[in-house]
Parts: sequence; C-alpha cells; structure tokens
Amino acid sequence: MIGSLLALLVAVPLVAAGVLMMTGHRPRLHATVLLTILIGSTGSSALLVYAFADGGAVAHGVGSWPFGIAIPFAADMFAALMLTVTGLLAVTCVVFAIASRKASARFFAPLMLVLLAGVNGVLLTADLFNLFVFIEVMLLPSYGLFVLAAQGKAALRQIAGARLYVTLNLLTSTIFLAGVGFIYGTAGTVNLAELAAAAKADDTVAIAVLVCLFALGIKASIVPVHGWLARTYPATSPAITALFSGLHTKVAIYAIYRIYAVVFDGDTRWLWIGVLIFSATMIIGVFGAVGAGTTRSILAFHMVSQIGYILLGVALFTEAGLTAGIFYLLHHMIVKASLFLSTGAIEVRYGTGTIGQLSGIAKREPVIAVAFFIAALSLAGLPPFSGFVAKLSLIIASVDAGQIAAAVVMLLVSLITLLSMLKIWSGVFWGKDEVADGGQLGTAPVLTATREKTQRVGALLAAPAVLLAAITVGFGLGAELLLSLSQTAAAGLADPTAYIEAVINS
Amino acid sequence: MTVAITAGVLVAGAVYLFLKREMLRVILGFVLLGHAGNMILMAAGGTSRRAEPFGTPEEPATVADPLPQAFVLTAIVIAFSITIFMLVLSATGTENDDTTDGANDPANGPTDSADGTSQPRPARHGARTEEHP
Repeated sequence: MIGSLLALLVAVPLVAAGVLMMTGHRPRLHATVLLTILIGSTGSSALLVYAFADGGAVAHGVGSWPFGIAIPFAADMFAALMLTVTGLLAVTCVVFAIASRKASARFFAPLMLVLLAGVNGVLLTADLFNLFVFIEVMLLPSYGLFVLAAQGKAALRQIAGARLYVTLNLLTSTIFLAGVGFIYGTAGTVNLAELAAAAKADDTVAIAVLVCLFALGIKASIVPVHGWLARTYPATSPAITALFSGLHTKVAIYAIYRIYAVVFDGDTRWLWIGVLIFSATMIIGVFGAVGAGTTRSILAFHMVSQIGYILLGVALFTEAGLTAGIFYLLHHMIVKASLFLSTGAIEVRYGTGTIGQLSGIAKREPVIAVAFFIAALSLAGLPPFSGFVAKLSLIIASVDAGQIAAAVVMLLVSLITLLSMLKIWSGVFWGKDEVADGGQLGTAPVLTATREKTQRVGALLAAPAVLLAAITVGFGLGAELLLSLSQTAAAGLADPTAYIEAVINS
Repeated sequence: MTVAITAGVLVAGAVYLFLKREMLRVILGFVLLGHAGNMILMAAGGTSRRAEPFGTPEEPATVADPLPQAFVLTAIVIAFSITIFMLVLSATGTENDDTTDGANDPANGPTDSADGTSQPRPARHGARTEEHP
C-alpha cells in the first residue's frame, strides 16, 4: 500500500509545476502552492521514517508491470531519512528565497517543484538508467534557478558560474550514461535488484560500475575532481547556494552509498582506494578554505572537506562506519545549509560576503551571529552539537576498522576547520561596528547606505538559519534518536536483502 | 568493433574541442560526446549478434534489443535540451564567448579584480562584476 504511493512523491510536484506554469505570474499563489507541496513532501517522508523504524523496505513497479519491465521505486530507512532532510532544506531555503526577494522571479516555483521531483526520484529509484534520468530532471531546473536567482546585476559573474556548472554537469552525466551503457553491456540489466552483488562476482561489471561511481564522484566533488564546486557555488544567490549544497552533492553521495552497498555488496577489495581518496579530499578541501576570501567560498571548500568525512563511512563499510557516515551526512546537510543561510542573510542585507569588508556584525545582528556560531562549532565538531557526535562516531568506527591514519587525518582537519571558521567569525562578526578600510571598489557606499537601523536582517530572513542551527543543537543533545535511525539505515545497507527482495517482488 | 572505433573517434574529437577556449566549441564538443555516449549504449545492446528490429523472424535472441534504443532516445532528448540551454548561455551576458578564467572567477570575489588588470580581456569584465544591487 505504501509502495504504490511512493510515485506520488515524484508525480505531485511534477504535475503542480506544470499547472503553475500555466497560471502565469502570480507570486503569492506560487509561493503558497510551492510551500504546501514542499511541506507535504517532507511530512510524508517523515511518516516513511516512522514506517521503517524497524528496518525493512517497500517497493513498487509503476503501472504494475511485471518485474524487469516496470519502473521501480523503492524506499527504505536511508531513503526516507534523506527524503525528510532534503525536504526540510528545500522548505527553509524557499522561505529564505522568499524573504530575500529571489522567489518572485516568474518561474521560480515551477522550477523548484521540478527540482523536488528530481531529488525525490533519485532517492527513490531502484534502476540505474532512471537514476540518470532523475539526476537530469534535478539538474535542468537547477540550471534555470542558478541563472534566475543569481546575484543582483553581476551579469558576467553569474553567466561564468552557470557556464562552468552546466558544462561540468553535462560532462559528468555523459560519463554516467556511458557507465550505464557498459553495465547493460556486461551485466545485461540496469535494475539494482538484478545487479545485486554482480560487481563482486564479475570484474568487468565492477569496472563498468566504477565508471558510474566516478561520475557520481565528480558530482559529489571528491578530490581530485572537486575544483568546480568552489568556483560555481558562490556565483549564484545565497538561497540557491544553500539549496544546492544540501541537495545536489548529497544526492550523489546517497547514490554512491546505495550502489556500493547493493551492486558491490560491500566488496572489501576496493575499500582502500576509497580511504585514500577520501582522506585526501578532507585535507585538500580544508586547505582550500584557508586560502579563500569570501564567506561562501570558504564554506564551499569546507563542503569538499566534509564530503571526505561522509564518504569515509562507505569506505570503511563496517556497520559502525556506515552508521557514522549516514549520521554525518544528515548532520552535514543541516549544518552546511544553516551556515550558508546565516552568512547569506548578511550578504543579502549588507551587499557583500568578502572577508575584510565587514566587521562587527555580531553587535548588529546578534541572532544571526549566534546561529552562525553554533553551526560553525558544530561543523568543526565541538560538543554539545551534532558535529561532535558525528565525528566521534566516525573516528571510533575508523579506529575499529584499523584505519588509524584516517582517524588522525580527521582530527587534524577538524582543527583547521575550526581555524577557518574563526576566520569568518573574526572577519565578519567580530570587531568594531563599522565598515573596514578595505571597503573600496564601490561597495562602501552600499554598506553605509544600508547601515540605518531599519535595514537590519529581518526575522523571516534570519529564521531559516536559526531553525537549522536549533536542529543541530537538538541532534547533538538528543543524538540517540538520530543515531538509532542511522543505525537502522546502515543495517539496511550492510545487508541489502530486504531492499532487493522488495524490488523483486514489486 | 565499428561502433567501438566510432565512439573512440567521437570522444577524441570531443576532448579536442573541450580544450578550446570558446564556449561554442565546447558545446560542439558536447554534441560529439553525446553521440559517443549514444554509440556506447547502442553497442551495449549487442549490435554484432543481433539483427534489425523489423522484417526478421520474431526470435527474441536475434531481434535488436529495444531497451538500449529506448535509453538512447531518452538520452538524445536530454542532451538536446541541455545543448540548447548552453547555446543560450554562450550568447548571453557578454560580447565574446570565452569561458571563464581566474580574473572573473566568482571564487576570487570582487576585490581580486585589481589583480586581473594585467590580463587584457577579462579585466574589463572583472570591473563590471563590481555592480552590486
């Protein structure tokens, strides 16, 4: 029964997007419908989490075609958790976009809805070719949103970012498509259930799947294919940066987890490559952040570094490692979006996010400052926030798996993370309440013009960042709940029998 | 074999075009790469051991595999739409179609444009990015 409703998570946003397209330019109606559907999607995903509390999985072949012909949708605890958190991020980012007046663009709501349909589809599909299709469904509206909601009048800057973003993603998608072709050629199927453990049994299939994993690795921006992320993400509006950071790379990470668990069946022969690459990702990402000059590019480089942490969970492939990795993934999505939204709120109101052109924001915007401070400490992994639990469990898991070097790298990278969070803190929030001398290049008049008391960050603009910061505190203090949910999800990955059987019997 | 060689030649052409600076050539490279991807998908259906879809006896083992053809159809539509969007991007926003480099790199932020003046072309655009709302 639940299974046949899974397709609605994709169908409803798609249909609504089409209908909203036809209603013309009605911002209020669009915002209402958009938020209703986003909240509905998040709510029903939360119900799915509740339904999978004891593990298990459901699947449904669309149109009740026999297995192998039908388009399969499948959900288990991991998918449900991801659906819930991506939905939550979409809601908060849309609220931020409305508050920062980026949502009034004519096609914003339809594009957001198609994006939601694509994300839900990627998380639910159990077929590699459909994974490709849904990634494209997710990316096409993203290209539109990237340009539509870009910053102000900085035309070339946004076009340059969008060009890089589109070409990179098209290249990656083509590589992924070629990988799907190789898989079909070697294994004769692209259905995840039929591919179960195929890569472990047959090395040619393994190489074909590795082509797909490589493409997903570019999308997740692991070193050495991470360069695009820090160049494109700061080029659009803060709301969209936060949204993409929570959705796109994380969806690729989800697919890597899922494919490695099901198709490779956790094959231990390849894991050392993962440990090596993901440790390098942590280190190089965080060093990139040390050299970056604006708040958002620092945060984007941190994302690269954190992606190394998240994927280390799958490279350990013990149940503890997977639990820690999934917990880290969920924690990271929330914290990163909170950071992007709190610095974004300042950027929207004060016109710049460049370190050195702002100071003393903490006095003017205590609420935003507290939200940033909490999220930054959580990102660095200090107690009592969720980042501490995530890092601690990941370090314990890697020590248990005998990867002492990876654990040491994690600790060192945490310190450098804290360092560059302090760079934002002292460069933007701390200091005297005045424009620094570096405020040249025509931005100084903008800053002084917005320094009237009435121009502070509004409650609606601050709310998303504060809400997400509150969630990270909640997950830190009440980590037991999310840890047990992550454990259920990890058990489903370590032993994917339930997922595979659900797809076969769909 | 023919399909494999064709795909290889297409990829080589695509990579050559990607290394060019102009956006339009990069897009043409993607057209080639998309075709290479389609070739790989077609080859995955086993072109060597199967016959054409119509006019042959209805023997599932020898009739052309319909699934890769469906894949290719979907992939063509997607690649086509993205190519159109990229053409729009290459024609919008600026009078030349160079791809970006360090000078107007968004990651460097507005303050870096002073460094970019030594480079003739992007410097002008670097200056333009300073217009904040």
